[in-house]
Amino acid sequence: MVKVTIDGIEVEVEENTTILNAARRIGGDVVPPAMCYYSKLKGSGGKCRTCLVKVSQGSAKDPRPMPKLVASCSTMVQDGMVILNSTSPEVVDARKSVVEFLLINHPLDCPVCDQAGECDLQNLTYAHGLSKSRYEEERRTFEKIDIGEHIQLHMTRCILCYRCVYTADQITDKRVHGVLNRGDASEIGTYIKNVIENDFSGNVIDVCPVGALTDKTFRFKQRVWFSKPMDAHRNCSKCSGKVALWMKGNDILRVTGRKNSFGEVEEFICNECRFEKKKTEDWTIEGPRHISNHSVISQNHYENTFKAKLASRQPKEIYGNKDSAEK
Amino acid sequence: MGKKLLFKHIDVPGIKDFTVYRSKNGYEAVEKALKTMSPDEVQEEVKKSGLRGRGGAGFPAGMKWSFLDRKSDKPRYLVCNADESEPGTFKDRYLIEHIPHLLVEGMILSSYALGANTSYIYVRGEMKTPIKILENAISEAYANGFLGKNILGTSYSLDLYVQPGGGAYICGEETALLESLEGKRGNPRMKPPFPAISGLYGSPTVVNNVETISAVVPIINDGGDAYAQIGIGKSTGTKLISACGNINKPGVYEIELGLPVEEFIFSDEYCGGIWKNKRLKAVVPGGSSVPILPAELILKTLQGEPRLMSYESLSDGGFASGSMLGSGGFIVFDEDACIVRNTWNFSRFYHHESCGQCSPCREGTGWMEKVLHRIENGHGNERDIDLLVEVAKKIEGNTICPLGDAAAWPVASAIRHFREEFEWHIREPKESMKRNYGIREKSILGA
Ligand SMILES: Cc1cc2nc3c(=O)[nH]c(=O)nc-3n(C[C@H](O)[C@H](O)[C@H](O)COP(=O)(O)O)c2cc1C
Ligand code: SF4
Ligand code: FES
Repeated sequence: MVKVTIDGIEVEVEENTTILNAARRIGGDVVPPAMCYYSKLKGSGGKCRTCLVKVSQGSAKDPRPMPKLVASCSTMVQDGMVILNSTSPEVVDARKSVVEFLLINHPLDCPVCDQAGECDLQNLTYAHGLSKSRYEEERRTFEKIDIGEHIQLHMTRCILCYRCVYTADQITDKRVHGVLNRGDASEIGTYIKNVIENDFSGNVIDVCPVGALTDKTFRFKQRVWFSKPMDAHRNCSKCSGKVALWMKGNDILRVTGRKNSFGEVEEFICNECRFEKKKTEDWTIEGPRHISNHSVISQNHYENTFKAKLASRQPKEIYGNKDSAEK
Repeated sequence: MGKKLLFKHIDVPGIKDFTVYRSKNGYEAVEKALKTMSPDEVQEEVKKSGLRGRGGAGFPAGMKWSFLDRKSDKPRYLVCNADESEPGTFKDRYLIEHIPHLLVEGMILSSYALGANTSYIYVRGEMKTPIKILENAISEAYANGFLGKNILGTSYSLDLYVQPGGGAYICGEETALLESLEGKRGNPRMKPPFPAISGLYGSPTVVNNVETISAVVPIINDGGDAYAQIGIGKSTGTKLISACGNINKPGVYEIELGLPVEEFIFSDEYCGGIWKNKRLKAVVPGGSSVPILPAELILKTLQGEPRLMSYESLSDGGFASGSMLGSGGFIVFDEDACIVRNTWNFSRFYHHESCGQCSPCREGTGWMEKVLHRIENGHGNERDIDLLVEVAKKIEGNTICPLGDAAAWPVASAIRHFREEFEWHIREPKESMKRNYGIREKSILGA
């Protein structure tokens, strides 16, 4: 076991834990945002650079600080390491620029995007971004591509986190998904528009942090915050059958995996559960699903009391962010 | 005349061929090492020589070799980086084209020192001719018993392969190179682990530049100490410099490190002065990635000392008033060269070559290019200059691999030293367009 300090809070974790996972052990503001790392996907992380932190002391043995900010998702902790996340102005500043970079080629079409309300990029921008863009050049655009019957790829919104690539590699059994081209011309490819055809392909929708991969059975049906998430399960021969149902009245609008407070699904679910079981008789409904307060969805959530709402948006946090954003 | 170690025999007719190379003491270092020295002794000589990596970063080669994980039970690999794609750098190609056996000999020596029995030379894919020349040299070395099983009757065996590159500048970054060599998309890897621990196919690997590996030959022939005698301070030995731009004699020169920059530019032995007798305006001394310096700062440091061609002297003053020796791509600009246009040109290169994995580089390089393109084409805005500085600063240090830094430095340094020229472009778009492109301002700038 090794001891590390993050934003002044000490935590003890196993060796070979990343800084990000150590911070997740503490929770709250200490956790750096992660747009590309996904604990269930091997090799993910290191790319988006939103999780950059400052290591002000390398370890107890070698207390020198690290010269550059490091990606907390792919840097291992050392005993006695001291890490600054939101308490370092340098980190706050770097994160703000990463958000700016992620947005310059993003279409900002939230009003017509199905992901709005549960979009990691939206949340990240709200918490760390500038209120105004300095980007005046042309944005890159792509045609929409259908990946099979149920999934649509809208590359224009993609932030190239590579999560879907790792999903296609690791969860699904046939690799027909990768990255084509280079730099800001990169695009998620499906090998000459090949369909990812297997029982778990739908998970690429859940791992996508933005609205680049969306569920065609749900497209334009409902803003997510107007639907009620419910925990439900069924006997499934392919997956655990444990899902979240997004309902309006008694209608099931869509089915997703159950996401934890870090936006990661607890378990990957199969396509049959996701796309084909849209009747209430198909499911045993367990009850309302708790949605973490960091998401915009929670704003109109029936489960929230006024008090919980207040707790979710501490004034300090809002003004603090505004302050740094306006500077 | 400076001392020549790598290019000593470069003008000998037919030196590309094994027999001619052999007649000029070729492969004697291999005989010496394999028959009379242990691998550790070879490495020790390289350490003593003070040889530093010639690929750009200048990391001591002997030290890099000593990091190789020798306890691992996996095979070890030596990979030669001949991906040379940096604008302004063309020394490795020149060496391979003219004296390929020097590299092959260096590969044998270095592989022996590292205990590698399989080694690769990863050559930039576009270099069709050098690839052929190298393959020919390798088959000659096999035919003459310098490669293959039990070289010179010793127990040491080595197989050497040439791999044509995947056609991207980023494949020159050592971990992207390894990915590409493994047959994957050339995306740089996250470090650590470093290649010395987990490199090619997860095995301990050393990646070195063509020139670094070739320099091992004279080091073994004459001894590490003799090599360390040449040069200045921690910049030992000789360095290949590819000189280009507005000079009378562009080409590849072998210099002793420590040569004054002024002598390099103006003496007839090297660049032969600025062409058409124009005045010197600026120099990018180490390939497009390193900061540009105006004439007064490239010839003298801020302290007024003459600037020397060495790792230390060229970086004297940090980025505020210095630059880097880098890979030795020496680009000279005369008084009529447009710094804005050149900066845009470099920027376009990095935008095109970013692998696109990490957001600051993927997005930032494109942003800088587009803004510079606008300025260059007479549509600039006063606030663009600060924006460029800002974007460059946000990329630098925040990326997976140094390509992000390499994209940021030329922009930041051009603005640092030539801000007025950028301002003039923005203030006087028609004038600057006229200067760079002749008349036609109406059709380009609109009504
Ligand atoms: C974007 C990028 C491109 C590079 N291209 C080359 C190259 O073409 N040739 C080379 O020798 N080193 C190149 N390097 C440096 C290599 O990563 C590595 O440091 C070098 O090959 C090590 O060899 P050395 O220690 O002998 O210099 C590049 C680095 C980066 C970041
Ligand atoms: S810095 Fe650029 S080239 Fe290097 S890994 Fe990141 S995106 Fe790729
Ligand atoms: S989450 Fe760490 S770099 Fe993306």
